[in-house]
Amino acid sequence: MERTFLGEFLKARERLFEGFLTTIEISSLVIVIGLAAGVIGGLLLVYGPKPVRFLMRVYVDVLRGIPILVLILFSYYGLALIGLNISAFTAGVVALAGFCSAHMSETFRGAIDSIPAGQTEAAKAIGLTFRQRFVYVLLPQAARRIVPPAINTAVEMVKGTTLLSVIGVLEILLATQQAIARNYMVIEFYATAMAFYFVLNFSLSRVGAYFERRFGFIKY
Amino acid sequence: MSASPSVSPRAEPARELLVARGVHKSFGDTKVLKGIDLTVTEGEVVALIGASGSGKTTFLRCINLLEEFEQGSITVDGDPVGYADRNGTRRRISETRLAAQRARIGMVFQSFNLFPHMTAAENVMLGLVKVKGMAKAEARSIAEHWLDRVGLAERRDHHPFQLSGGQQQRVAIARAVAMEPRLILFDEVTSALDPELVSEVLGVMKDLAKSGMTMIVVSHEMLFVRDVATHVVFLDSGRIVEEGEPHALFRNPSSDRLRGFLGRFTDIIGDITTR
Repeated sequence: MERTFLGEFLKARERLFEGFLTTIEISSLVIVIGLAAGVIGGLLLVYGPKPVRFLMRVYVDVLRGIPILVLILFSYYGLALIGLNISAFTAGVVALAGFCSAHMSETFRGAIDSIPAGQTEAAKAIGLTFRQRFVYVLLPQAARRIVPPAINTAVEMVKGTTLLSVIGVLEILLATQQAIARNYMVIEFYATAMAFYFVLNFSLSRVGAYFERRFGFIKY
Repeated sequence: MSASPSVSPRAEPARELLVARGVHKSFGDTKVLKGIDLTVTEGEVVALIGASGSGKTTFLRCINLLEEFEQGSITVDGDPVGYADRNGTRRRISETRLAAQRARIGMVFQSFNLFPHMTAAENVMLGLVKVKGMAKAEARSIAEHWLDRVGLAERRDHHPFQLSGGQQQRVAIARAVAMEPRLILFDEVTSALDPELVSEVLGVMKDLAKSGMTMIVVSHEMLFVRDVATHVVFLDSGRIVEEGEPHALFRNPSSDRLRGFLGRFTDIIGDITTR
């Protein structure tokens, strides 16, 4: 009996679906944690006391300078050596979220720093407190500058989840490779994986485009 | 000693509103203010003039602590701005107290600094709602009133990028005045404007001066200074060299520095004392 792609796909569908969900789950966790940590990290980089700024700077520069795969291997095998036994899934989220937060912190810092000093001065002059200046004056202007690079980072994170196949996390790529190992339908199954990733990332960039339009009225 | 607040200001015509004593300020090793003493009474329009680098803008920015200063004191309405004496040491006051002080001192900037993500009306409303705690509707009607006063009733729902420089600066003035400050600081507010837009901004400032608003103005518009200021202060290298009533000061400058400074304007606009 001849093998058809549809037949093989149906056979592998449960594993593929599981991989798809895992990819989405890890990506969402990493992006949400990275973004939240990035807002805090960015604030510390701009307004933190000097020692805190210095530590944040080291964190951001070190993490951005290390390949994601190395971070993943370190967090999976390295943390186990020092007695932290975490699952491959957790190790992957830790590594990717660490990387993501470093990028988001830097994006956030850049966005705040690029707002003209006159904006803060005008906000001070009408009597706004630090928190009010940030919420009503700086953040809305920073948002527009954050969206494009933040979406880029998010897309990179979705792609970065494929590296977790190396430590045995069953995400789309590993599920695809396992299917191919059984049926040798290399082109068909890799093409399917590509389609998954494309749909995910294209949706992300559409979300980005929406927010860019939403903040597009802010002009100088 | 400052006047007791219970005394009616009408009974006391020359009520001191701002008192600066021995204000010193350095940027690194460069001393930009070397002991500024200045008293501004209520309703006065004080013009700070001088060459660039003389310290006039820096002093203006010290008044609402956009610039910190190392020595001396500035009090507005008897309240020392920015610093408090605690057991003999000079300490910065808390962020909240400083914000409250700043709310009573308006400022208009050379580069307008309107908030680009808000309409003209929203720019004026922000301080009213967030600092003064007004309801939005009330703030909106006050904003509309002031935008009308500066001739921008029809532009209130425009964003800054849709307005000319002169219009943006008038919104900025409305934003400062609407807070009902005790005094307003003007930092070279016409320097960034095209010549044909300068007069619309100066016109608004003249009206404001006539209404009795206390103003401290850094300006190179000597004709405006001569006609509107009640008191002119000439700064040179971080010191007050000469001060007085504008016509008298411009006619008979007693220092070579001021004579030289005014001479530069005479070349451009003719004799300031006679025109």
